[in-house]
Formats: sequence, C-alpha cells, structure tokens
Amino acid sequence: MSAGAAPGGRLLHLEDVYKAYGEKLVLENIDLSVSAGTLCSVVGPSGCGKSTLFRLILGQEEATSGRVFVDGRQVARPGPDRGIVYQRYSLYPHLTVLDNVMLGRTLAAGLFERVRLRHEHRDEARHFLERTGLAEHAAKYPHELSGGMQQRVAIAQALVKRPKILMMDEPFGALDPETRENMQVYLLELWEAERMTIFFVTHDMEEAIYLGTRVVVLSQHYTDDRGRGPGVRRGARVVGDYALPSAVNSTRVKKTAEFIALAEEIRRIGFDPDVLRHVTEFNLQHPDSFQTLEPEEARAARARS
Amino acid sequence: MPVVAAEAKQTSPAAAVRSNVLLGLLPFVLIVAVYLFASHERLADNPQDKLLPSLAQMAEAIDRYALQPDPQSGQYVLAADTWASLKRIALGAGSAALAGLLAGLNMGLIARAKTLFSPFLVFLSMVPPLAILPILFIALGVDELSKVALIFLGVFPVIARDIQLTAERIPREQIVKALTLGASSADVIYGLVLPQVLPRLIDAVRLSLGGAWLFLIAAEAIASTEGLGYRIFLVRRYLSMDVILPYVFWITMLGFAADWLLRQFIARRFRWYAAVGA
Repeated sequence: MSAGAAPGGRLLHLEDVYKAYGEKLVLENIDLSVSAGTLCSVVGPSGCGKSTLFRLILGQEEATSGRVFVDGRQVARPGPDRGIVYQRYSLYPHLTVLDNVMLGRTLAAGLFERVRLRHEHRDEARHFLERTGLAEHAAKYPHELSGGMQQRVAIAQALVKRPKILMMDEPFGALDPETRENMQVYLLELWEAERMTIFFVTHDMEEAIYLGTRVVVLSQHYTDDRGRGPGVRRGARVVGDYALPSAVNSTRVKKTAEFIALAEEIRRIGFDPDVLRHVTEFNLQHPDSFQTLEPEEARAARARS
Repeated sequence: MPVVAAEAKQTSPAAAVRSNVLLGLLPFVLIVAVYLFASHERLADNPQDKLLPSLAQMAEAIDRYALQPDPQSGQYVLAADTWASLKRIALGAGSAALAGLLAGLNMGLIARAKTLFSPFLVFLSMVPPLAILPILFIALGVDELSKVALIFLGVFPVIARDIQLTAERIPREQIVKALTLGASSADVIYGLVLPQVLPRLIDAVRLSLGGAWLFLIAAEAIASTEGLGYRIFLVRRYLSMDVILPYVFWITMLGFAADWLLRQFIARRFRWYAAVGA
C-alpha cells in the first residue's frame, strides 16, 4: 500500500497496528478507519492501551508493526495536522490566556515576522477568544482559571491551527461532574458548528456514548483460536464499533432506556474480564469498520455467516 | 494547648504582627546588649583594648573608611572595596548562571547532551573549588580572572544541575503539544522551556550567592589589592576589630539586599511562578 493513496479514503486509517513494550503486547492488530467529520470516541477499561493508541496516532511513539495514516500520509512525528487537548498540561503556565491561544500563530511565523505580525496575531487570537466566550480572561494566567475554563482555552489553542483531527485524551477527566457535563455540551456545540473530526479517548462510558457519533470499544478481554493458554500474549483490540445518531442532545438523554442498554452492552463486551467473545464475533456495526483476521479465523468467520 | 489558643484569639492581627516582629528582634537586641556590656567592661579595664571596640570607635572607623577619601589614594575605601567585590561576584555568578542555563537546558531536554555532559558535571561538582584555587592562581594569574573563575567553578555545577532537573520536570505533554502547534526543536527549548525555567534560574542564583561570597572572600584574602574580603584580612594584622565588624555587617547587608531584590524581581516579573511552583 503506497503512502500516497489514503487507504479507504478516510481521514484516519490504521491497519494491522501492533504495539509492544518489550515482552508486553499492548495493542494487537488494530484496524480502525475514521471518516472526516466523525466525533469518534474511544472507550475501554483503564490500562487497555487507549493512551498508547493516542500516542501512535500523534506520532509520539512508533508502532511495532503496521502503519498509521492521517489524510493519506503516514504519521511520523507530532505535527500541526493533529491538534491535542490533554487532561492536564495542555496550557503553558508562563503564558497568558491570549498568548497561549496565539502560540500556534506565533510559532508558525519566522523570527522577524513574529515581531512584525504581533498585532495581527493578537487581534486574531482575541477574535477567537470572543467566539469561544473567553475574551474577559485574555490577560489571565492559566492557574487563575477554573478547570473548565482552562480546558476551553486548551481547545481554542488547538483549534487556532485548524487541525484535521482534534485529538483529546480524557480532556474532562479532572473536572467535577457538573463542569464535565457543561463541557460535553460545549464540545458538541463546537463540533456541530465547525464540523470537525474529533478523536476522543475516555474511560467514562456515558461520556463516550453521549458525545460520540461513533463509539469504538478497545479491550483486552476477548478470545481467539489461540485459546486461554498461559503463554498467549494478547493485546487490546477493537472489540466493538457502534454508529450513533449525531445531535446535540440534552444531557437528559443519558437517562433513556436505549442509552442505558447500550452502555450495558459495551460494559459487558469491553469491561467484564469474564465475558470473552471470539474475534469473529465482535460487534463491528459502524459502516467504516473493518477487520483483518488471521486466515484460520477468517475461515471460521465465513463458516459462521 | 487551650491557653495559648485562647490568647491567640484575643489579639487582633495587627497586634499579632507587632508582637511577632518584637519577638524576632529579641535575639538581635540581646546580642547587641551583651556585646555593649562586654565591650564596656573590657574598655573600662584597659582603654587600649582592641578586641571589642565601642560603638564610638566603630563610628570613627566607618567615618574614616566610608565618608572620608583616603589621604593616599584619594578614594573612598569602602565604596572602592564594595565596587571591586560586587563586580567580581556579578561577573562570576552571572557567567555561571548563563552557562548553567544553557548547559542545564540542553542536558534536561536532549538525551545525547545529558549522556555527554552529565558524568563530567557530577565530577566537577565534587571538586572542592577552594582546593583548586592555587591552580587557578598559577594558571590564570592573581588578577581578576582567577577570582571570577573561582566563583564560576563553585556556582556553575549547582545551577546547571538545578536547571537540568527543572527542565526534566516539564511535562512531556507540553512538548508534544508544542510540536502540534508548529514548534521547531529550537522553539521548544528556547521559546517554551527557557522562559519557564527562568524564574527557577534566578532562584538558583539567589541560593548560591552565599557560596559565591565565600569563594570571593577566600580569593580576595589570598591575593588582591582591593575588595571587601581583602580589607578584612588586611586590617586583621592590626587587630582592627573596629573596621572588621562594620565590614562584616556591610557584607551581610549586601547579601540580604541582593536576596531581597531577586525575590522581588521574581514576584513581579513572574507572577505565575509562585502559583505554579515549578
């Protein structure tokens, strides 16, 4: 497969991706394709390799085998086509809110341009802060803001670069429940207004289902033809992949029967160490979903269907 | 203790501050009183005694050294000594800060640089600077350079290691984030990490000033023609405690002032630093 042709024409594409740290296999045969405009949430039990997957897509780490493509280009290192919002440390403590948001602009300019275009960047960043409702905080330092406000600034900071994908790793994990819900609504509104592609990693089931137009379940709790022998090293795989209706819903939707049933199912297939589905039985119903299997497994899957 | 708590409740904050200040001053008052008493006793016994001069004798010495030009050189001795010493300490500590910043940043952020320099730096920091003072005098002469070099060698390893540790503590997330915002490696090191370690650098300099004074006075005592340390060791030959005591007091005040100024500078210029506590 050449790097030029985006496999499947999707914005984000991973195929046969493995990641091992020494003897420990973390990710196993990850196949994942995400179309532009998707708000793709990734959920899974803690320690299942969500953050590892995140770092592979960023290019912060290299896959042991397999390849990662963003917009048809193989990922090599972190770059401006992928913006990030972390749970913490997204903002620079020594810069004001305005300077934090401007950073993407000032860094792009040459040394002399930085001075020359200072006012222009400042206006642009201020405009951006106004749109995101942060204008009154422009002169403050990050530590002077509440946790929710800090994350809004972090999102604005990442969006200034107009990234192809906004990568978010537990961005609301450190917030109190009420702020967290507010931020979820805020993110959905932002997503709808800008029609961005978002890759959202979380361990919170409700958050994943509420936000995602697609929910990918990553888990090490599954089985395959190798059985359960003690020598079998097994990394996390995509064990579930759901398409969900996209809409900014009231957070009350979290109380509906459908919502609860889906959360229940995901919890069973992904989080329960006693429920082990065979690789051929994964619930991969999202249209972008695909799976590469070992020849043996593929035969078994065909026989089943 | 309930009695103490009840007492504390009754006093107003302003009164509490006042009593704290008074309490803190008490040791100073005591030591001055003891000194004056002992001095008075000795002088009453023997008016020629030089060991514990009276306040009047010290005032007379201060007048001679600080307020009257020296009859031979026409210079104000205290001012000239202060200027010479401050110049040396500023040059030594300043160059150590600059070199320590660059070395620490690169060792903290670039694995290769750390592998290359870290063992050497550990070794260097173990060498007692005063032990190599003779080498410095032989190699660099007894002029300014060897004194500045001594301060540099004493202060540099401490600052470099401190900055290295501070740079290593910068979260990895910040650096990855910078790359996604279009930063180059130089941007990361000099644009984002350097400004964050700057207040820590000033703090490190502040804390190593005590050592810097030690090296300065040691170097001046051995080979010099002016300087605060030189003067103290010069007049020691004549048992001139009336000069030594005000000089020691003056050096202490200078150290105190430098510390205070640097702390004020950090508090004003780096408002975020105290809150984040790098």
